[in-house]
Amino acid sequence: MITTAALEAKGLSIAFGGLKAVADFSIRLEPRALQGLIGPNGAGKTTVFNLLTGVYQPDHGEIHLGGHRIDGHKTSAIARAGMARTFQNIRLFGELSVLDNVRTGASVRARCGFLRTMLRSPLYLAEERAITERSLELLNVLGIAHRRNEQAKSLPYGDQRRLEIARALATEPQVLLLDEPVAGMNTQEKRAMRGLIQSLREQFSVAVFLIEHDMGLVMDICETITVLDHGETIAVGSPAEIQNDARVIAAYLGVPEETDGAAPAADAGA
Amino acid sequence: MKSLAERVAAYKPNPLLAGLGSIWPLAAGIAVAVLIQTVVGPALGPVYSRLLLEIGIAIVLAVSLNVVNGFAGQFSIGHAGFMMIGGYAASWLTYYGSIKIFGAATISGLQVVRYGGFLGAGDLLFLASCVVGATLAAVAGIIVGLPSLRLRGDYLAIVTLGFGEIVRALVQQTDTVLYPDEVAGKPMLALVDNVGGALGFGDVPRYTTLFYVYLFVVILLIAAYRLKTSTKGRALLAVRENEIAAEAMGINATRAKVAAFILAAFFAGIGGALFAHEPGTQLNPRELGFQKSIDIVIMVVLGGMGSITGVVAAAAILTVLPELFREFSEYRMIVYALALIIVMILRPQGLLGIKELWDLQGWHRLTARLRRKDAP
Repeated sequence: MITTAALEAKGLSIAFGGLKAVADFSIRLEPRALQGLIGPNGAGKTTVFNLLTGVYQPDHGEIHLGGHRIDGHKTSAIARAGMARTFQNIRLFGELSVLDNVRTGASVRARCGFLRTMLRSPLYLAEERAITERSLELLNVLGIAHRRNEQAKSLPYGDQRRLEIARALATEPQVLLLDEPVAGMNTQEKRAMRGLIQSLREQFSVAVFLIEHDMGLVMDICETITVLDHGETIAVGSPAEIQNDARVIAAYLGVPEETDGAAPAADAGA
Repeated sequence: MKSLAERVAAYKPNPLLAGLGSIWPLAAGIAVAVLIQTVVGPALGPVYSRLLLEIGIAIVLAVSLNVVNGFAGQFSIGHAGFMMIGGYAASWLTYYGSIKIFGAATISGLQVVRYGGFLGAGDLLFLASCVVGATLAAVAGIIVGLPSLRLRGDYLAIVTLGFGEIVRALVQQTDTVLYPDEVAGKPMLALVDNVGGALGFGDVPRYTTLFYVYLFVVILLIAAYRLKTSTKGRALLAVRENEIAAEAMGINATRAKVAAFILAAFFAGIGGALFAHEPGTQLNPRELGFQKSIDIVIMVVLGGMGSITGVVAAAAILTVLPELFREFSEYRMIVYALALIIVMILRPQGLLGIKELWDLQGWHRLTARLRRKDAP
């Protein structure tokens, strides 16, 4: 049986001036899939995320989210359609409280207009209560509920990453794009985050597509991995296939001996 | 985890309580405005009640500017332009409208005077003209808001500055105000040009009272508070904090910014109308130039961009100070500049930053102590 993919992109390309940043990129994410995107620095991974979320408009190619075509739409419209993301260089609403950051995400599903807001109508009250309730639950899931009244910018780094995920999940996405979710975390934090990412799929019925430099994590949890180099897709396959792919080894991992065995900590921070 | 829609459906607020919650701040506010008019004003005497009036108008202007500069983080320095549009449109309507509608009853010598008592026909005309002036200012807000889609920071500030100067220059080119006996036979719209030019619109009937000023203060404060603590207000703050992340959270930053401009311009128009009908002032383009815009910006920056109570306090303080040091009023700008520099060095976020009075540590300690005292 053919199901509608949560996310499907075909032949995405974008050039900045003469530089081809991403060429002919395709991806298909089934509902609740967990896929990875890897590649050396400057390979175009974040550019792919920016294309998928409408920050950049692709020169060629099309993007479908849950069967609806979304390329050419504004970032905010794509978010409402069900795509959420986190950022490699964390972009929280720094002056706002932790809770308000998540509430901002949850508010995307609210229906009240300006007049109802001003009048505090019953629907408005119900929505605000629901937004707060859901946001607190999300903070609990991410384990940062005790910090809900602190300013987002005052959180430690790891908690800021968790808050970004909570905020993204609050928008009730079908697809969650995680840009280096464990960057800068220690081994213990990474282990916790790995468990969390795996649990997200069931708990929120969301398909996850993640960029990560931590090979141990990627090889461990991703079902399918796409490898980018200089904007080109050089391999797509299961972790085992990727580890044994000659082009990947040559272009990305470099030394064959270090690639076998998915030793989680071995490549940490590489 | 349950979706938002499921949760909203599961929660049915009591409509009676919701209705009461919706209306009581306005009811209480109107009561306060009546109290200020009938008790506080007379008790203060003419000089200080006049000061109270000016504080109220300053609050309307500063808190409305705070929606754009504070909440949405778009630095506008043309607020007096919106004020001027509201003030002139309202004055045109009450001055010529009074002559047309009430006729001889409002004309004393060559002046047009207030007609009817409290909430009488004249007052209603004044309220209607406030709304018309504010609506025109809001339309101007859309026009200025649109370039803000592309511009940010200094560039937006320059556009808003230019807007204020354009409005001022246009008003300066208008013709002299017609005396009541010259108005006969001319339709209202033909009189749009007769608003006084560089000489100013002198004889606007004096409808502004403490009650009306504080009525609008209350409406604006309720609107600003409800905005800040709501989904819409958080969207504005999110745009200010990080536009890219706000867009990724489904917030249409463009729409949010334009909405902020419209709301701010609307209340600036109200402020202008109140200013124009204030006893003892003369509406003229020099008065509402760049200097006025800067005065309002300073109130917002000092009070804290995004803090309603902070801006209210700053508006009150900066209105009272020049009166207290009247003989030094020439040096007002030097003192302002120094105060701004000092605040920017010590507290770049303004006195309260984004916080409100009740968010402060001292406030919590105070209320906690009071509560303990209440307990048996």
